[in-house]
Amino acid sequence: MLFVRYPFKFSLCVLLLLMASGGIWISACQSGATVAQTAPAENQRAIQNKGSDTLVNLALAWAEAYRNVNPTVAIAVTGGGTGTGIAALINGTADIANASRKMTDDEIAQAKQNGITPVEFTVAIDALAVIVNPANPVSKLTIAQLADIFTGRITNWQAVGGNDAPIVLLSRETNSGTHVYFLENVVRQNQKDNKDIFVPQTLLMPSSVGITSEVRRNPNAIGYDGLGYVDPEHEKMIAIAVDKKSPYIAPSVASGADGSYPIARGLYMYTAGEPKGVIASYLDWIQGPQGQKIVADLGFVPLPKR
Amino acid sequence: MEQTAPFIGSRPAAEPRHWGEWMIEKLIQVAGLSTILIIALIFFFLLREGLPAFFKVPLHTLLGSRWYPIENLFGLLPLLVGSLLVTVGAVVIAVPLGLVTAIYMGEIAPRWQREILKPLIEMLAGIPSIVLGFLGWVVLAPLIQQAGAPTGLTAFTGSIILAYMSLPTIISISEDALYAVPKEYRDGALAIGATQWQTIWRVVVPAARSGIVIAIMLGIGRAIGETMAVLMVTGNAANIPALGFGMFFQPVRTMTATIAAEMGEVANGSVHYNTLFAIGILLFVITFGINSLAGRLVGTQGKRRRSSQL
Repeated sequence: MLFVRYPFKFSLCVLLLLMASGGIWISACQSGATVAQTAPAENQRAIQNKGSDTLVNLALAWAEAYRNVNPTVAIAVTGGGTGTGIAALINGTADIANASRKMTDDEIAQAKQNGITPVEFTVAIDALAVIVNPANPVSKLTIAQLADIFTGRITNWQAVGGNDAPIVLLSRETNSGTHVYFLENVVRQNQKDNKDIFVPQTLLMPSSVGITSEVRRNPNAIGYDGLGYVDPEHEKMIAIAVDKKSPYIAPSVASGADGSYPIARGLYMYTAGEPKGVIASYLDWIQGPQGQKIVADLGFVPLPKR
Repeated sequence: MEQTAPFIGSRPAAEPRHWGEWMIEKLIQVAGLSTILIIALIFFFLLREGLPAFFKVPLHTLLGSRWYPIENLFGLLPLLVGSLLVTVGAVVIAVPLGLVTAIYMGEIAPRWQREILKPLIEMLAGIPSIVLGFLGWVVLAPLIQQAGAPTGLTAFTGSIILAYMSLPTIISISEDALYAVPKEYRDGALAIGATQWQTIWRVVVPAARSGIVIAIMLGIGRAIGETMAVLMVTGNAANIPALGFGMFFQPVRTMTATIAAEMGEVANGSVHYNTLFAIGILLFVITFGINSLAGRLVGTQGKRRRSSQL
């Protein structure tokens, strides 16, 4: 089969070389020839990677960077949401499912019925640090207090144990994924029927750096940012508790990684059964230093070093 | 040239030259008409993308006081108020400052001072807006915060930056207008015993009024359309501040900053997308209004002067 196709491709190359006046044709032919030459039969099909929209940019960046590591592996990344990805994994149409939450027991049972044992890999952590100026005496808040602050029910630092000063609210722009995550998990306190939104006085910053630099110089400001953007020397990170009875946990790579910090979530990839071959080496690369560097570059929390 | 000219002159039907002239004439004509065509296309595009917003979004939402696109709240009022506050503030700062500078440069300053001032002001016009915005963010905002505002990112901060951006326009155009006032006006005023101050304030400035109005209007036009500097220093809170003097020291979100901040990530053809273009239409209508108002003011002024001269 290969023998029949190869000369055909080769002759096509020669034909196009004769026809073409520019170099574009040549390069197109050459790349076509290398794929046919080097790609082993078992890798002809691209790895299907599907799921969470939170992860989709990260997954794309990984897939692109991995081409430099192993050019023979093709990875097709699609979004659609965590649910879509997990459904595809259960139905056997995806090799890797991206998920911004853990699989539910129902989903795992469904997969097992189809003869698939999902295996979980934590690939990155998405943690949000709530930051204030180091001069601000407030150093711990509950989620409910944060919700009151960002919806404008509390407007003075005194109400949460601080100075008698107005609270200046900082947020990312509404098109930021971080904004939406903070809206759902803090402002709405993870309640599905809660329709609270940020108070209109919230300053919307076009970048993460905008938030950190305003917090640095404004003793009344409070904002949130990915852990990677925070410089602990100039901004104070607030310890956060789920409610008054729970312990207050400061954001850190460790507390983000072990799940004790309340506004951090793991980002996962699931495979159908223990991964083998290229999928195993791809996941290993993602969890390794090269893959985790991309995690940090895109503003997520890298996994703790192995 | 000297050789070919008599040669062409000797042949009445100088075909090549005639054809070349016709070509150049047509090229100039096309260049002129293309401006009209481009404006028409921009206007058509703006309407095509923006008008659907008025059908898709209920009117009471558009007139609402809340701009929060991810919950389909498209109230344009806070953005309009934001743009107005910043622009009004800029005009209040820039017009007296610009006018006084122009009068000083045109009427009072000795020649050597004028020769230093003029290029310096032209240099001010050459500073990119993003640089001024950065200056506002790094220098001005902390100053305003130290002066007692909860945050330095306010409408007033934006106004100062915009005032500095519109100053060169206001100064150079009003100075031109003052320069165009005939010398006889000044001589006459001084001859009947008016002081220099009276001459400037009662004779020269009123005579140059139409040019000064154009200068102010162009300054306003520059202020209301400016985006990047404003995006950096006004805080971008889609908030309608309570009426009063303090409203200038509140963060606001302008129309231009909203378009700039949100257009990049919006889905093509979505309601949000259409609404951003609708803001563009609103901006267009406002600038058009200011320009035609300026035109009318200048027009009546010119007529009155001509009739009084007769």
